[in-house]
Amino acid sequence: MTFKPVILWTDALIYLLLVVVIIFAWYVRRNEHLLAPWRRVGHSVSGMMALTVLILFISIGLLDTIHFRPSVQANGSTNNKIYGVQVLSLFDVIATPLRINIEKTYSAPFATHLYTRETIEFSEGKQVREFPRLEFGGAHLRNPEEQFVADVTWRTVAGLSLGLFVWSAFVILLVMLMAYRSGKEFMQTLSAILRNETEVPWNAVFRMLALIFSLLGIALSLSACYHIFGTDKVGQDVFYQSLKSIRTGLVIGTLTTLMMLPFALLLGIMAGYFRGWIDDVIQYIYTTLSSIPSVLLIAATVLMMQVYMETHPELFDTIAVRADLRLLFLCIILGVTSWTGLCRLLRGETLKIREMEYIQAAHSFGVSHWRIISRHILPNVMHIVLIATVMDFSGLVLAEAVLSYVGVGVDPSMISFGTMINAARLEMAREPMVWWALLSSFTFMFTLVLSANLFADAVQDAFNPRVRTLSFINRKIVPR
Amino acid sequence: MTSLLQIDNLETILHTGATPIRAVDGLTLQIQKGETFALLGESGCGKSMAALSMMRLLPDVGEIVSGSVRFGGEDLLLKSEASMRSIRGKHISMIFQEPMLSLNPVLTVAEQIGEVLRRHFNLRGVALQERILRILSQVGIPDAARRMTEYPFQFSGGMKQRVMIAMALVGEPELLIADEPTTALDVTIQAQVLELMRDLQKQKGMAILLITHDLGVVSEMADRIAVMYAGEIIEMAVREDFLLSPSHPYSQKLFAALPGRAKRDQGLAVISGNVPSLSSKFIGCRFASRCEHAWDLCRTTAPEWSTVSADHQLRCHLYNKDSGDNIQHRVELGKSDTRVVPVSQTSIDNSKLLCVTDLKIYFPIHKGLMKRVVGHVKAVDGVSLSILRGRTLALVGESGCGKTTVGKSILQLITPTAGSVCYDGLELVGLERKRLRAKRAEFQIIFQDPYSSLNPRMRIIDIIEEGMNALNTKNDIGVSKEVRQINFSNGEKVDVLLKRVGLPPETKWRYPHEFSGGQRQRIAIARTLAVNPKLLICDEPTSALDVSVQAQILNLLKELQQGLGLAYLFITHNISVVEYLADEVAVMYLGRIVEHGSVDEVLSNPKHPYTQALLSAVPVVKLESKREAIRLHGDLPSPANPPSGCHFHPRCPKATPVCSEVYPEVTEFSATHTARCYLYEQPSPS
Repeated sequence: MTFKPVILWTDALIYLLLVVVIIFAWYVRRNEHLLAPWRRVGHSVSGMMALTVLILFISIGLLDTIHFRPSVQANGSTNNKIYGVQVLSLFDVIATPLRINIEKTYSAPFATHLYTRETIEFSEGKQVREFPRLEFGGAHLRNPEEQFVADVTWRTVAGLSLGLFVWSAFVILLVMLMAYRSGKEFMQTLSAILRNETEVPWNAVFRMLALIFSLLGIALSLSACYHIFGTDKVGQDVFYQSLKSIRTGLVIGTLTTLMMLPFALLLGIMAGYFRGWIDDVIQYIYTTLSSIPSVLLIAATVLMMQVYMETHPELFDTIAVRADLRLLFLCIILGVTSWTGLCRLLRGETLKIREMEYIQAAHSFGVSHWRIISRHILPNVMHIVLIATVMDFSGLVLAEAVLSYVGVGVDPSMISFGTMINAARLEMAREPMVWWALLSSFTFMFTLVLSANLFADAVQDAFNPRVRTLSFINRKIVPR
Repeated sequence: MTSLLQIDNLETILHTGATPIRAVDGLTLQIQKGETFALLGESGCGKSMAALSMMRLLPDVGEIVSGSVRFGGEDLLLKSEASMRSIRGKHISMIFQEPMLSLNPVLTVAEQIGEVLRRHFNLRGVALQERILRILSQVGIPDAARRMTEYPFQFSGGMKQRVMIAMALVGEPELLIADEPTTALDVTIQAQVLELMRDLQKQKGMAILLITHDLGVVSEMADRIAVMYAGEIIEMAVREDFLLSPSHPYSQKLFAALPGRAKRDQGLAVISGNVPSLSSKFIGCRFASRCEHAWDLCRTTAPEWSTVSADHQLRCHLYNKDSGDNIQHRVELGKSDTRVVPVSQTSIDNSKLLCVTDLKIYFPIHKGLMKRVVGHVKAVDGVSLSILRGRTLALVGESGCGKTTVGKSILQLITPTAGSVCYDGLELVGLERKRLRAKRAEFQIIFQDPYSSLNPRMRIIDIIEEGMNALNTKNDIGVSKEVRQINFSNGEKVDVLLKRVGLPPETKWRYPHEFSGGQRQRIAIARTLAVNPKLLICDEPTSALDVSVQAQILNLLKELQQGLGLAYLFITHNISVVEYLADEVAVMYLGRIVEHGSVDEVLSNPKHPYTQALLSAVPVVKLESKREAIRLHGDLPSPANPPSGCHFHPRCPKATPVCSEVYPEVTEFSATHTARCYLYEQPSPS
């Protein structure tokens, strides 16, 4: 074995979440009434395009979740392997060139020279202050001034065609699969998609995929030789950092929800169902909690935890473990402070549902409280939970950025949108300005949050019975 | 004669699903000046959509595809939206079904009525106020000058409907469209509102388009009647012709399905199946699939209008002179009218199954920061009743009188404040949860609204099995001993139960939303039967259903009573259902029973003034039914602050001074018939 798998805390929780999602999807597939609203999600053009982008982000995040420690070459011929202290992910391995091609300091996107002057000493002892060539960015060019444009153009075209080639292969494969499953001819299926006659808007999805694949192809072919988004203060590739930030954002968005749900579900439903003093107690708790400024609460808890971690370094065998634990605690703290909104919603809905006659019928059968909650009330508030979860996701990604910016977010060694913005903040003031770190983290975060929001909109529309009928107005009405 | 409103071939489509729904399909009718035209039909027949199409107030998904609506010579469908505004409220106005939802809760009554006047008459200031005052006193709102500045929540249901009527009439329209104006109201209030509408019509000479499903209301109000079925009118006649000789098989069935005392010993006629989905395309007669007289022609050709007499037309092949062999069918039509289910009086031991004595349920009213109890809503205030095995006791009263609370507290769903509920010798009040649970299988409840009584997220099999699993019932009905093993027997038992309530066993894999109201009510009944109850509390089980479906459910309940010896506590406000089903009647007013007796005693010889008023207010389907109802003033008082003495005295036409002092004692008229009223000799205090 040349590596030792490492399962960090957040990894384990993400795997757990993945299993839950798969089980949920399997359960939904078997129940027509649960499947119907998801079908409507599938019919929404913007929702499906957003989902395509989201899936790309999620797959990058998942690749970045599989962690291990590579073995290091030990001196001598001992059999027992020694594993490095560095925890890598599968994504790190794929992006190895990006990860290890570290310049000295700042360099602009597509630059071939550093962004700062350095004193260069020639062999004859003469010293010149000028912009030195980068170690990796555009290093293959002998004469950057002349070759640069041609090289970039050529690589763009090559990357684009590669992307489009992979895209067409992917599309053909997908269409073949669809044709096989629906039992139709390949050409029939393809022409239906081209004429936009399919129920799921595959046409739009394929166009989105074309965009994604060509961008990916271009980025791949260019980033092999250039820092396409430049480098940061210590010379790390910003493109790599942006990609790494995706996992952090996703973890914050999903795990926080996971932490929040038990509180919101249990307390909200209990308050609404039992009423009386239980309701009073729960209401007092969440009213008190939501009246404390959440940033203060989070800052206090994070600082306390930070002190504890620093005084007990023996608990963590690698830096990654420590950073990860801090991320997990951030999720927990965010979760503990953000369940009040959903809890209030669920309490209200449960108050309504508990007066429904089927609940009373269940009472008259002597069904126990626990069974009434789990079989009658929970399934009937699930749509609210789902909508709230999807809507909250983007808010949490943004919250992480804000908290890291304030300095109470993730570990400084962990790459996230917040730490990137925080690092780029000071450089905005210098002349000439270093703008690329901020711009690229902003672009990535914007795309992630926008697609999450668009998807959440589609989900909400599909689960909202009042919107359901209105979507048919736009269709052409053919009179008899 | 030119008619006021002339609708030709109106077609309205609703785009709510994959296939468009033809809610109104070729509607043609005329309304003359000053007449009352009733549009009669079951729910889902497109009555309301027809009315909304006339007003051009369709929801966003609705579309008028073709046809014309001529009002005073002008086609309303060609008018611009802006010019429609000067028609609505001024020339045509509308009253909606739900008075609670039709008024804006944040505007005073005067402001809402003033809106119409400002728009159409450009009235301002004092003139406006005077006009509002006048219309409010016209619709019989007492102390109108003070009440006009109040908000809708300060008015009771009947008063709100009066305000709605005032709002509709203030523009002095030529046509008033009343969409189920009294369906949400109690019978005594309904009688008031209908009388008001008749009076106002006489004064102003306006035409009324009355949309209703209630044959009683139709026979009281209408001049001409059109029966609507599945989006089209199938029969149109003047009132006398329609009541004397309804001709379309559907209309005949509607009459036959009405419960009543005369039909006590037989099953009610039922119309099998449901109103067909309006999204399907009709080839033949729309009623053919449910019609007993349908033959091949009915299924292939849609019938044209046939004329019975000058004022009586219908769409049925039976009456079409051209279609050959209809004579024999018509002969059958006369005799095979009702499917008579012979009723055998089974011998039942007449011991008391349930005995409720002096039941009191007070809900505390909390006020202030510390939630101090400042008073009680006396929902039920000393009710005593008893039910014999296998018999039916009907609990009758207006909404808000505490009927449902009695039902739920017998089941211990609401804990009584005082009194005792004795089931089969066992005191239920204060019984510990565990022992009560063991007894729960014996008494069950059927709810009013079949749409909210089944969990939409559970399959039928899960719904029915829930009770069985919770109560672990082992003794089955009609299932042999071998299949009694739990888990194994459940599946089979569900099949047996579904068959018992008249549903195919395959339906157990489906979800509630796939069923119609009547079918859902059957499922709810099957669910209660699953645990083998001896007592069923039926809380208005048919009031949300159409007449034909109501007949199906009543037949089923009667059949089950004979087959399984169930006892029913039947909570209802529908007197004709009581006449049909009940053995004994208890009349409830404001938390107390005012009269109690066997069904014949109470209904043919009511003693208490409230019972008399209640019975006289029920609209009956009779030709000579324009009889005088005993008019009750006002509404049910609040149970938080009941009147002193006899609760009924502020509304009672025969009240004497003593009525307002002490609550009257029980007067016995026979062994079973009792009432509490000072009109009758009070027992000497001993």
